[in-house]
Amino acid sequence: MQAFTIHDGWVVPLDRSNVDTDLIIPKQFLKSIKRTGFGPNLFDELRYIEAFDEASPDAARRLDPTFSLNKSEFSNASILLARENFGCGSSREHAVWALVEYGIRCVVAPSFADIFKNNAYKSGLLPVELDEAVINALFDQLNEGQVLSLTVNLEAEQVVLPDGSSATFSVDPFRRQCLLEGLDDIGITLQRESAISAFEAKHRQARPWLFSEIKV
Amino acid sequence: MGRTLYDKLWDEHLVDERDDGSALIYIDRHLIHEVTSPQAFDGLRLADRRPRRLNANVAVPDHNVSTDPMERALEGYSGVAEVTSRVQLETLNSNCADFDIPLIDLSDKRQGIVHVMGPEQGATLPGMTIVCGDSHTSTHGAFGALAHGIGTSEVEHVLATQCLLTKKMKNFRISLDGAIRSGVTAKDLALAVIGKIGTAGATGYALEFAGSAVTSLSMEGRMTLCNMAIEAGARAGLIGVDSTTLAYVDGRPMAPSGVEWESAVAYWRTLHSDPDAEFDLELSIDASSIEPQVTWGTSPEMVTSVSGCVPMIADMQTDTSKKALRRALDYMGLEEGMSLTDVQVDMVFIGSCTNARIEDMRAAANVIQGHKKAPSVERALVVPGSGLVKAQAEAEGLDKIFIDAGMEWRAPGCSMCLAMNADKVEPGKRCASTSNRNFEGRQGAGGRTHLVSPAMAAAAAITGRFTDPSQLESL
Repeated sequence: MQAFTIHDGWVVPLDRSNVDTDLIIPKQFLKSIKRTGFGPNLFDELRYIEAFDEASPDAARRLDPTFSLNKSEFSNASILLARENFGCGSSREHAVWALVEYGIRCVVAPSFADIFKNNAYKSGLLPVELDEAVINALFDQLNEGQVLSLTVNLEAEQVVLPDGSSATFSVDPFRRQCLLEGLDDIGITLQRESAISAFEAKHRQARPWLFSEIKV
Repeated sequence: MGRTLYDKLWDEHLVDERDDGSALIYIDRHLIHEVTSPQAFDGLRLADRRPRRLNANVAVPDHNVSTDPMERALEGYSGVAEVTSRVQLETLNSNCADFDIPLIDLSDKRQGIVHVMGPEQGATLPGMTIVCGDSHTSTHGAFGALAHGIGTSEVEHVLATQCLLTKKMKNFRISLDGAIRSGVTAKDLALAVIGKIGTAGATGYALEFAGSAVTSLSMEGRMTLCNMAIEAGARAGLIGVDSTTLAYVDGRPMAPSGVEWESAVAYWRTLHSDPDAEFDLELSIDASSIEPQVTWGTSPEMVTSVSGCVPMIADMQTDTSKKALRRALDYMGLEEGMSLTDVQVDMVFIGSCTNARIEDMRAAANVIQGHKKAPSVERALVVPGSGLVKAQAEAEGLDKIFIDAGMEWRAPGCSMCLAMNADKVEPGKRCASTSNRNFEGRQGAGGRTHLVSPAMAAAAAITGRFTDPSQLESL
């Protein structure tokens, strides 16, 4: 996993609440058996004027110039600014893969849906929860035509805002450590193999029906 | 101090907990489908890892499968026209073969939507921890099991370690008391709850449903309610074990029997919140006041009763909510203030992991019987949740009722709920759907979804607009 320590980046706004994972990556792109290739279809239904046609997937499509990600002033953005409950709905991790592949390293919002937040950590995408007032102020500045950059410091759990002031956020300590060091969850868990085996033996004795053979 | 049902399930499965609160919990059952598993199996291959406990897993294809009976009659996945869908389905089979994962194949009469198949087979049991790479895994909480959706990285993690790295959620209990009125179903209870607390109302919580209106529900109804917990933000929905639960589980193919059944039941009977258990959040709702529900917007919280109206923009409190309402109405092609009973539908979909069980088929058929589909309704699909639901419905003659009314009787799968297969709502078309999400584009790009119960969907098929099913006779 890509480690996350300090990230300095330009901000692109997505001014709507309850952005669901269907919107982030529509289901017609979930048929891939790979982890890559989702970036071009991030926010597909908002990003392109012509709808995706499964019959001709390689057809050229025009970008919708009114959609924020398509505006030239946001073309180098790596921080997505959003409203509350970002990432709700389906558990598809493809939503995180699409954001990361597009170049987003950090999503800043007042709140996130649980499964999305959990998935984000696995790919080194940092969900940053800031107070609604801070988020509102950032949206206001962007709406006035300003271009903003933020410095997100995971070690200090701090975001340096455009005016030089800072806002704090918090990340679960275990997740923070994994992100800072780029640690892979499975490797960490396998270090606790003896605890798992001991639990499993006890569990098998107490609830033997959970360990029956499955005949299909 | 007493413990909640969630506390009990958590304690029972806790392998290890760190000082910072991160924990390893043991997973009893892992359900697998074709969409969220291929990258997980690839991850195992790359790291040269094998699944830790094969018998904890059951796989079934559901999201991409064709529900066209003619296409299903063809060998294997050859009826799936779209290449990428077919490759994904074939990859499930080859991964299960490579890693020795038990698979219920497409040709098997037990095949169905993973959240319908699991309980039917007894792969879902009370007291289990159950995960699946699908957010509607909350469904299985109806059995007093701790069940929730996970992402693909976690699918790989569970395969490799039989554990999940997680953190304890908070406890939220919603009590629904009172006799529910005729025409109101578990789906209406779920939508009314979401309307009240919002789509993020239970984020961070395990959401237990209690009260007389819940305990009086069948297991099918309880599954519908827990299925929709995720639409209120809760990863896990929960209902305590009672005699209804035990009666459903008894005799299922993967359920214990004999002496093991007796000891399992003795344990399962303890799976309810203690009377003195403390919840972080509690809410009581008078279930007798709930009317049949219908969503009007692009989020499940945008819902009202069938006798209600689309809200007025001026009534919204904040600029963000005004904007969200404007966008939703624009997408849905509705006017503010209009009556829901004036909204005409083009399509009807009865199916999905929310509402494709036998009771749902019966509820819909009961409304349809003796009627015809309205000519203005272009298509009305009835998609049973599994091969066993299909066979039972056919044994009861329900398929004939739907077909005689001009509706389509399909083969089992996720179908039009998320439109990964060929069943889609066309752009601009309006669908009365028994599924769980009315997000933009969910049922097909540009499609307009209204979430309703099977009885309401059936009533809409007959009248061509939203109709309280209890008033159908008087029309």
